[in-house]
Amino acid sequence: MYDPAHLPKKILEIQQMHSWRRFTAFLAIAVIACLAIVMASIVSMAGQQTPAPAAATYRTPRTKDGKPDFNGIWQAMNNANWDIAPHNAERATLKIEAVIGALSAMPPGLGIVEGGVLPYLPAALKQRKENFEKRFAEDPEAKCYLPGVPRFIYMPFPFQIIQGTDHIAMVSEYKGALRDIYMNSTKKAPADSWMGWSNGKWDGETLVIDTTGFNDRSWFDRSGDFHSDALHVVERITAASPYHLNYEATIEDPQVFSKPFKISMPLYRRMEKNIELLEYRCVEYSEELIYGKYRKVPLQ
Amino acid sequence: MTTDKRRFRMSHKFPVLIAGTLLTAAVVIGQQTPATRTPAAPASAGTSAKAPAPAATAKAPAAAKPWVTPRTPDGQPDLQGYWTNATYAPLERAPANVTANKLFFTKEEYDARVKQAALADEAQTTPGTTGDVHYDFTQFGLDKSQNPFAQDMRTSMITDPPDGRIPAQTAEGQKRGRDRTAAYRTAGGYNQVQDIVLGSRCIIYNPPPGPPMLPQGYNGNYQIIQSRDAVMILFEQIGDIRIIPLDNRPSPPLSVRNTMGISRGHWEGDTLVIETTNFDERPQGRNAALAGISDNFKLIERLKRTGEDTFDYEFTVSDPETFVKPWTASMPFTRIKGPIFEAACHEGNYGIEDTMKGARAADAAAAKKPGQ
Repeated sequence: MYDPAHLPKKILEIQQMHSWRRFTAFLAIAVIACLAIVMASIVSMAGQQTPAPAAATYRTPRTKDGKPDFNGIWQAMNNANWDIAPHNAERATLKIEAVIGALSAMPPGLGIVEGGVLPYLPAALKQRKENFEKRFAEDPEAKCYLPGVPRFIYMPFPFQIIQGTDHIAMVSEYKGALRDIYMNSTKKAPADSWMGWSNGKWDGETLVIDTTGFNDRSWFDRSGDFHSDALHVVERITAASPYHLNYEATIEDPQVFSKPFKISMPLYRRMEKNIELLEYRCVEYSEELIYGKYRKVPLQ
Repeated sequence: MTTDKRRFRMSHKFPVLIAGTLLTAAVVIGQQTPATRTPAAPASAGTSAKAPAPAATAKAPAAAKPWVTPRTPDGQPDLQGYWTNATYAPLERAPANVTANKLFFTKEEYDARVKQAALADEAQTTPGTTGDVHYDFTQFGLDKSQNPFAQDMRTSMITDPPDGRIPAQTAEGQKRGRDRTAAYRTAGGYNQVQDIVLGSRCIIYNPPPGPPMLPQGYNGNYQIIQSRDAVMILFEQIGDIRIIPLDNRPSPPLSVRNTMGISRGHWEGDTLVIETTNFDERPQGRNAALAGISDNFKLIERLKRTGEDTFDYEFTVSDPETFVKPWTASMPFTRIKGPIFEAACHEGNYGIEDTMKGARAADAAAAKKPGQ
């Protein structure tokens, strides 16, 4: 039987030295590994707002029927609504600046797109550029149209999750837009719509939402990133703490993109005790843009 | 008018504006079982001065298993699903029925009322009139008579005061109501889009879906989704949504106002009680009874399941600055099959664009014919 006490002292010293060296080496490797992980996550966060590596051990509190409890009011905290790709700050136009100054400028953002580039097909890329040029008149948000998916999620407004029995409602303060998620349903969209038709299911800790049946009219952001009616979005939402959800989505649209791409971001719980959605009936703020040309007397 | 003629007319004039709405109706109707046509007997053969809860509350046959309130996993009474509050019951009791202390129509009277109302729905567009350029509810199955509606035989939805009439209004309330109604009526010039009423512009349906949730001319359909902490009520027209928190939080200051008010809910036994304040003044074309509401308007709503396919809805209007006393009305909500499809009203509002274009074309035409 192995007993260090029976070994000659010299051997013991060598062995201790070895074990110290082994420990030192292990420590060094561990430190390097940790640094690498930290560096990697810093780089990756800087690159695309990827949520911090999910603490796989976090178990979401459950509703009474045993589902992860996502009830509450959530909001993205990024500039993806301006442009989902990485982008610099940018001027609107001098003409617009003359009226509302720096309020008109696009703030910078690292984007939410994995890899940082949207895989546009050549014709679609041309369309995107045209959309960008016309963005102040043509962005569906400027016209107070429904936001579509995934834009609903990262509009600069809070949204509320209400977990019912067979449906999960997501309601945005923006326009009071509703996503009605049919749980455990295989129903297909009866027709195309702005918000699409969402079927949801639970995959352990994760809410998986499969949405199809879109029309081709919503944009992903204020920069003219767009899709066709072939859009298919699969979202995966997982709580990472009581205070934030990790959101990721795979976006597929063979008429616009050469391959599917992923977006991801954390969503934060609005912690104010008195937080609630108020009415933002933006239709009336969009009318001058849409119908102003029909004024009897043009605005001065 | 024959169906063929109507179809021909519609193919030319049907505005894209309502495509979504019609689709919804098609989906809803397609999946619905025919409306239950058997009028329920009055809940009590009514001579008592105080009218009972809605008569549509179907009494289960004595032999049947007693109905138990369905509950959510959280143990709350389950109000979820698709519902309509369509009914032909009048809000206020007609003066003759007040005099006669008549609380219920006879079956013959009731059937005649429904038939007459269905005919009126069908005839609401007269060929060759401006109204006719809009669309035909009946053609698309939007009228109440083609959809489930509560068999409510009462002569008024108002249960208190017992005469079924809205109480007298204060001078101040009357003036507010008159001023708002006048402002509403003078709207409708077409010099700028803001002259057009809110409902046509898809800002809020006209009359507003509440609260209180009064029956609508058509598509008075609702969806309820309920969690432990909140109840969401979707109103189909314009896709308007109320969220009612259930956590007893205080209301925000009165400087914060919503067109549909700000609601707080709690459970009293099996009844969901919702208190709503912080209404803004804006909605034009509120039910005339509510046109004069003041800043201190408070609405209490009570929702209670009464059967597999019904819940009772009761609301009490309190506003001492407008009404000399509070008043209460009630009606049943009836289950419909659903689903309710996205309304996207503003997104397809070609009606407004064409109206404004037409107004400028008319201006141009008038300018060409001076002196005529």
